[in-house]
Amino acid sequence: MFVKKYLIPRLLQYFLVIFLGITIVFFIPRMAPTNPVQRTISELKSRGTYLDPAYVEQMIEDLTELYGLSGSWFEQYKDFWQRLFTGDFGISFFQFPTPVIELIKTALPWTVGLLLCTTVLSWVIGNVIGGMAGYAHNKRWSKNLDVIIMVIRPIPYYIFALGLLILFGYVVRIFPIAGGATIGKTPSFTLHYILDVLKHAFLPALSMVVLGVASWFQTTKLIVQNVNAEDFVQYAQLGGIKERKIMFKYVIRNAMLPQITNLALSLGQILSGALITEIVFSYPGVGNLLFSAITTGDYNLIMGITALSIMAITTMVLIVDLIYPLFDPRIKYK
Amino acid sequence: MLIRQISKELFKDYRFLFAFIVLCFLIILALLSAFSPYDPSFWFYVPRDLPPSWTNILGTSSKGQDIFWQATFAIRNSLIISVIAGVVSRIIAILVGLIAGYRGRTVDRVLMFLSDGFLVIPLFLIIVMLAMLIRDKMNIVTTGLLLAIFGWAWDARVIRSQILSLREREFTQTAILSGTGTVKLVLKEYLPYITPLAFSTLINNMSWAIGMEITLSIVGLTNMDIPTLGTMLKWSLNYQSLLLGRWNWLLTPVILSILLFIALYWLSISISEYLDPRTRVQRVGGE
Repeated sequence: MFVKKYLIPRLLQYFLVIFLGITIVFFIPRMAPTNPVQRTISELKSRGTYLDPAYVEQMIEDLTELYGLSGSWFEQYKDFWQRLFTGDFGISFFQFPTPVIELIKTALPWTVGLLLCTTVLSWVIGNVIGGMAGYAHNKRWSKNLDVIIMVIRPIPYYIFALGLLILFGYVVRIFPIAGGATIGKTPSFTLHYILDVLKHAFLPALSMVVLGVASWFQTTKLIVQNVNAEDFVQYAQLGGIKERKIMFKYVIRNAMLPQITNLALSLGQILSGALITEIVFSYPGVGNLLFSAITTGDYNLIMGITALSIMAITTMVLIVDLIYPLFDPRIKYK
Repeated sequence: MLIRQISKELFKDYRFLFAFIVLCFLIILALLSAFSPYDPSFWFYVPRDLPPSWTNILGTSSKGQDIFWQATFAIRNSLIISVIAGVVSRIIAILVGLIAGYRGRTVDRVLMFLSDGFLVIPLFLIIVMLAMLIRDKMNIVTTGLLLAIFGWAWDARVIRSQILSLREREFTQTAILSGTGTVKLVLKEYLPYITPLAFSTLINNMSWAIGMEITLSIVGLTNMDIPTLGTMLKWSLNYQSLLLGRWNWLLTPVILSILLFIALYWLSISISEYLDPRTRVQRVGGE
């Protein structure tokens, strides 16, 4: 029953979202008034390179082939999917002969590392602190914390990260202002190198964790206040169960469940936030790659990053949805 | 009378009071742009890199522009973008929410599938792709519309669930049985319930639009000749004001936007708390 009632519709939805997302990614650049091949050539010309007309003809043909622009739209579209499955996103323009997939591969570990640590950390911290504050919502510390969170919460990733950069990179010079590791150091599994990486990752991670905690804090606090009013909590209190146990085992545990779904829903936003944070700190991940791609007009690279992000995020959401019953024993797909 | 009563209750909330004062201040700044002695698109109108003084309250930038007057234009344009984005996406959200909630069945499923997709996909990247496409045509209106296309998904869901519950209430049956047409029913009976909800989401959406505009400007996808909070920040970063320590130039857009974000957010939570009947009971009971 689980398979028929839940799994198949959910999988269907998953493939549909990916299909639509990738289709959008395919069509957006093709609606452009300027042909990327012409733009590439005119940009080469504007750099002062002399180009022989016969050579230009050849180049137009080659570039059309390279960018996957030959044939009718339908052929291109079929071709696009075929190449997608082999991980071929074409050639990057801003680092010319390098395939897009190679560039993404080198940048990906930085982003995944940053994203994974900060998402998990901020989710756990935000939920626990938010839960405690919600449970003790009449206490003074809870009210003060609430005001602090209310100030931090609305600030967007870019402004907050920039603020941290100014504060810790320029005013109090404790942390490095750019990069993922000190330039010239060879990656190795020594303590020294790992510490260096952590030091570089600290500010980007801090900015994401603080903003993440602020947002999880508020939702958890609201949920906990509602759970608090439920009968079983009062019953537990009347039964003389220890406050600590009620707070963690009865209230926060129940409040965390809807937050799992919320985590799945907000993964796309968190990824966008990570990309923006990387741009601020020149962190060598996908976000910074995206920034170079935008400034150089490298459409293949942007398409590659977007297509991969859509697939990664929808897959993550699917996984979270499917493992949800593990956390909530009340849910049985009958 | 009603307005006086509502505002009296709202002003008791310190967050509403703060937000109101800050927003008034920012709107006055934006209005002042009409009296600016300088054209915001001209460079080298005043001497470059002056520190704050009586003639140039916030000093001047490396572009030879007066920072104070430039900031008035920036606030004005950012607010216009956010209002366009907010109002247009609210119209889309209300339409989608109404249709999905009222028609139900297949229409509902298709529309909700769309909004689900919008929620899950990293929208920032799609917006970047579209912005690159219309890069040459980016101005205040197109930026606002671009953001409006993507800002409706969540709020459409909220409105839809509201409609779903309204549809089950008795007055709907009464209206239908006494011969009220669908259009009239929706406009006269449902819209009054939806309006406050749409208004409180409008503020959140405006805040999102301003933040998005800043991000798009930083990656260089908006029209850099139009002063907004984003482009102002981008220019000051481009001229290395971070390294050279030109804080008056750099911090002006940063502080103004932080004030704006906090004010909008506090306004929205104080209003939605006011609208939420549960907290309202608590408040009245506390008096």
